[in-house]
Amino acid sequence: MMQLANQEIAFFKKNKESKFQKILSQKYLQLMVLPGIIWMIIFNYIPMTGIIIAFKNFKITKPISAAPWVGLEHFRELFNDPNFGSIMINTLGISLLKLIIGFPLPILFAILLNEVRKAKFKKAVQTISYLPHFISWVVLGGLLITWLSETGMINEVLVSLGIIKHPIAFLADPKYFWGLTVISDTWKELGWSAIIYLAAISGIDQQMYEAATVDGANKFQKIINITLPAIKGTIAIMFILAVANMLSSNFDQIFILKNVLNASSSEVIDTYVYQMGMRSGRYSYATAVGLFKSIIAMILLVTANFTTKKLQGRSLF
Amino acid sequence: MRLKKTNWRQQRTNGEIVFDWFNMILMTAICFVTLYPIWYIIVNSLNEGADAMLGGIFWWPRKFTFDNYKAVFQNSGVLQAFGVTILRTLVGVITNVFFTAMVAYPLSKSYLVGRKFYMAMGTITMFFSGGLIPTFLLYKNINLLNSFWVYIIPSLFNFFNLIIFVNFFREIPSALEESASIDGATDWKIFIRIILPLSKPVLATIALFTGVYHWNDYFAGVIFVNDPDLQPIQTFLYRIVAESGSTQMMATAGNITRSTTSLSIKLATMVVTTLPIVCVYPFLQKYFVKGMMVGAVKE
Repeated sequence: MMQLANQEIAFFKKNKESKFQKILSQKYLQLMVLPGIIWMIIFNYIPMTGIIIAFKNFKITKPISAAPWVGLEHFRELFNDPNFGSIMINTLGISLLKLIIGFPLPILFAILLNEVRKAKFKKAVQTISYLPHFISWVVLGGLLITWLSETGMINEVLVSLGIIKHPIAFLADPKYFWGLTVISDTWKELGWSAIIYLAAISGIDQQMYEAATVDGANKFQKIINITLPAIKGTIAIMFILAVANMLSSNFDQIFILKNVLNASSSEVIDTYVYQMGMRSGRYSYATAVGLFKSIIAMILLVTANFTTKKLQGRSLF
Repeated sequence: MRLKKTNWRQQRTNGEIVFDWFNMILMTAICFVTLYPIWYIIVNSLNEGADAMLGGIFWWPRKFTFDNYKAVFQNSGVLQAFGVTILRTLVGVITNVFFTAMVAYPLSKSYLVGRKFYMAMGTITMFFSGGLIPTFLLYKNINLLNSFWVYIIPSLFNFFNLIIFVNFFREIPSALEESASIDGATDWKIFIRIILPLSKPVLATIALFTGVYHWNDYFAGVIFVNDPDLQPIQTFLYRIVAESGSTQMMATAGNITRSTTSLSIKLATMVVTTLPIVCVYPFLQKYFVKGMMVGAVKE
């Protein structure tokens, strides 16, 4: 018994020593990782601990530790906030619309582009389709604001075609806002989001298509029975990622297109956090609102992961 | 009949021919919808501002002029903002690419002690963050606010890019590294002398991603910086667009002419802001397509 324990200790010691020696032998590698770990602790993990101010009454003039605890006070206030309902509806509505429209379209685009027979034309379309991704939301937003104004080009065209009688100030009317964000976002990211699907499609064995052709399958049947099943896994992973980032993908765009007149349909959680925190200086309340969003995002991620795992056998974790 | 059978590869049914035509037309339409807004900005920025106000300029400038561009480049605020953007892009790209690659290289070795822990630590940051306010308070505490370094240090490292690097480094044949280490080279020297020169495709990809981020970022300038001399061009443009300050910009430019308006100057600034990146990305296309692929699919 005693011997065994001794042996165990000796083994443990040896193991510990060898691990230490192992680290020593890879000291350069460890030293190369270290700055990255330190960076993550400072810029990712310290802000995570800063979330505690959501449960405190933090004032910018005093350190966090000096702020009094208030428990769930800020969350209670959030649920009673008269803006809360419309902010939630806007956040979920715009995100969901983007998911429903903006997620399948790149897949469709990739499949159709892959069917183009002329290689040069295909390449050109591909290059052009990436272009809007490289244009900043500031520039695109500025263009939209100009175009959609009462004297802008859209109204000019619509009036001259007789579709509408009087110019519409699109961005001043809340009822157009959701549609505009979804359309402009799809315009910007259609080609870029298709990259991954195009890459996945190009990895499919061409012999499968040839065999299907011999068997008399038409194009549509080949897409349904070969292409789609082959990229199913990629679609599943991209879907989980899209759902996980669903609530935070809007910020830049909405921040620029939002104005006082359309606020009732354009204020989302992220812009509200900015408004409350940076503009009104209510740091604790803004952090609580942001934390509330993170919790919903987390629930969405886990749900999407679980669902795709059940349906497809594919998941992130 | 027999000919038809042997030539099945070339034969297309009527349905397929119709589909091909439909597809070509659809793709052309998508290209048009993509390119036209950009064309519209260019044409209108090359037209006399007062004349452009009358509308109807869709395809070609009516009264051609470079005045808008002259006004943009004579504005000291614009030039200053461009300087900030160029500087932060250069410094940001070089530091981010080198730093992320350096951290990624050891993580591509399965024998690295603590590898799983480090990767888990990074993966968590992809889905959780402290959010805007705690981040702002951190920058305030470490004196990053109102400093040029607020553009560089918080974007020094990116875990998504790290995954792309790790996947690329794994594919490099280990024989090269082994022979170098027999010759007495340390891991650091192997990384600098062997790995980095072999990694040009992935370095180009990450450089492009980081470059686009730095070039297009306006938010850091809005929220973390007050000093107007430190704002990048996108922040400058944001203030013009969102806070409609282009009349102010023209006033400070002191060269309001009949041919320029706030709108035409705005459009010219947009063109100048967008052009550099639009000229660069087609040349890096084959790299970033590959980079996106390894990053997202193999993760």
